[in-house]
Amino acid sequence: MKRATLVFTLALAAGLSAQAASAQTLKTVKDRGMLSCGVSQGLPGFSAPDDKGNWAGFDVDLCRALAAAIFNDPTKIKFVPLSAKDRFTALQSGEIDVLSRNTTWTLSRDTSLGINFAGISYYDGQGFLVRKSLKVNSALELNSASVCVQTGTTTEQNVADYFKGNNMKYEVIAFGTADETVKAYEAGRCDVFTSDISGLYAERLKLAVPADHGVLPEVISKEPLGPLVRHADDQWLDVVKWTLFAMVNAEELGITQKNVDDLAKSDKPELKRVFGTDGNLGETLGLTKDWVSRIIKATGNYGEVFDRNIGAGSKLGIARGLNQLWNKGGIQYAPPIR
Amino acid sequence: MAIEARAPPSQFVAKLRRGLGGQAGWRGLALQIVFVAALAWIAYEVVANARANLAAQRIASGFGFLTNTAGFGVSQALIPYSESDTYTRVFFVGLANTLMVSVIGIFFATIIGFVVGLGRMSPNWLLARIAGGYVELIRNLPLLFQILFWYLAVLAALPNPRQSISLRDSFFLSNRGFGVPKPIGAAGFEPFAIAIIVAIVGALLLRGFARRQLFQNGRLIRIWPYVLALLVGLPLLAVLIFRKPVTFEYPELRGFNFSGGSRIIPEFVALTLALSIYTAAFIAEIVRAGVQSVHKGQMEAGASLGLTRGDSLRLIVVPQALRVILPPLTNQYLNLTKNSSLAVAIGYPDLFSVFAGTALSQTGQAIEIIAITMGVYLAISLITSAIMSFYGWRLGRSLRA
Repeated sequence: MKRATLVFTLALAAGLSAQAASAQTLKTVKDRGMLSCGVSQGLPGFSAPDDKGNWAGFDVDLCRALAAAIFNDPTKIKFVPLSAKDRFTALQSGEIDVLSRNTTWTLSRDTSLGINFAGISYYDGQGFLVRKSLKVNSALELNSASVCVQTGTTTEQNVADYFKGNNMKYEVIAFGTADETVKAYEAGRCDVFTSDISGLYAERLKLAVPADHGVLPEVISKEPLGPLVRHADDQWLDVVKWTLFAMVNAEELGITQKNVDDLAKSDKPELKRVFGTDGNLGETLGLTKDWVSRIIKATGNYGEVFDRNIGAGSKLGIARGLNQLWNKGGIQYAPPIR
Repeated sequence: MAIEARAPPSQFVAKLRRGLGGQAGWRGLALQIVFVAALAWIAYEVVANARANLAAQRIASGFGFLTNTAGFGVSQALIPYSESDTYTRVFFVGLANTLMVSVIGIFFATIIGFVVGLGRMSPNWLLARIAGGYVELIRNLPLLFQILFWYLAVLAALPNPRQSISLRDSFFLSNRGFGVPKPIGAAGFEPFAIAIIVAIVGALLLRGFARRQLFQNGRLIRIWPYVLALLVGLPLLAVLIFRKPVTFEYPELRGFNFSGGSRIIPEFVALTLALSIYTAAFIAEIVRAGVQSVHKGQMEAGASLGLTRGDSLRLIVVPQALRVILPPLTNQYLNLTKNSSLAVAIGYPDLFSVFAGTALSQTGQAIEIIAITMGVYLAISLITSAIMSFYGWRLGRSLRA
């Protein structure tokens, strides 16, 4: 991992000094015939290899949707597993085309890293995982606790802010990868493991007895997670942004993996625009007219992706919560396709 | 009429020409200037281009971030540090942690390495085999694996803070580390410190006297009882007269952790253990090679003078072997320092972990931070090398004399 940082940094330095960054990612991807997608090093439910060795998960499906929209083939992807620390450098250096790796959207990242966020695929917040045997019911009872975090994330600063803000003492131990963090937590080095709550549920599955550990009710930060791309390539930004929006819109319109073929023949004006039987919205993006049906056939709509990977239909069993559609009590909302 | 000898023509210009231009003369000098200018131009272009492209892609650059507030916590800081300090402070906290683990690691690696290396050549069959087994086992396992092994082994063996092993209610051992009482200077501290300094100076003077007696008059004087009396007696006297030099702040279990006192964190213990044990295996082989490079007649000569095996090793063989040992030993010291950057795997807050890790990901200024970090490791290595070269130079001089 250390070597990876160096390699990416050198690649970045070399790339930057050699030529101006190419602003034609879509063309590059099409020419290459392969999408290069940065994911996590293994976060169950979000991005992890399944028992057959294929990458699967919520973040992975966004890449699959992109590949489906571009190539009509969700397997034309090279997945690049990245640690929290290396992810931005990998994107800046052109190693990957899109980063879909539970990454929090913040102002400083948006403005100083040469990247753009393409939307919010998951509304998350930071929380705490503790042993149930400690009988702690609130994060406010954590004074003097030892806290394990993964380095290279927004969590280190949030923890500092939270404990300082509540006049509590703490000790933070920061590890290079999520796996090492969880191992140290399990070995008893820390009382608390902190991360985005979705991540806590996912990492909990790696523990020997997941039921012995619980997530505290406090949410100490806003962590809007989403895919991101390099700065100064607006066309590519649009492609990624609208792939995500298409999945959310599909759920809102009731388009699912099962009924997509039937609905594509519908003569409702709204559906005709979405499926490209009327107008050429897909082509204005640099894709094809049937881009939405390609996406839905490959991965299903937002709700299906959520349920299959991290929601009710998965081992994680995370409730939709904020990620429910706006008209069903959540805040997940996409601009219309028209 | 006296014939005056003609003054030899001035060699100055010729020498200058030769010195600057080599065999090719002035032409060589011109070529060198062109070459250096070309290098400088390429370097300038690379930097200027990178800057322009960073600006075009709106990636922040420059070193202004060093004065920004870091805003994250660090588990071990040798210098005062809080979340509201700057990234510069973070840099020094990380640097101090790296230096501490390196220096202590080098210390133990050297001791273990010499013991194992000499042990491997011992006539004692069992000792030689154990030392040989140690070297073969340790140097053939990856270091990262050993670090994780020691970390998880250390953690697994220790109880949680509430069940910690305590010694007289002042030392506490748990998986949060080793809590020890923290000394705080009291009224009698100054006389106590002065007594210790005086004792050390006295002991050194005594040693010098004993050596002079040995070399000049051939008299062997036993000085250790006096040294011991000085080192223990004087401070004790100071305590008796001026009362307690320090009071102790004891660690106390409060909530989840111990507060008060000082604490050695398990990450530090595991990292130091792994680094010194790993490097010691290599040092052992270097020591063996060095000792075996000394002619065995030297050992036999020592034996015929009536010296014991230990004394011949210490007084005759090792000083000669050191000349051979020193350069590769320096390599191992440098390796250990650089290997300490594996600390990030077990959460020890070294320079690489806090500065090239957390600070990098918070500021996103990869180029600047990696450049600084590389510069620092380079500087540490060059300084270590310089110290070892100086030692080698002194050693060479004293052996020749």
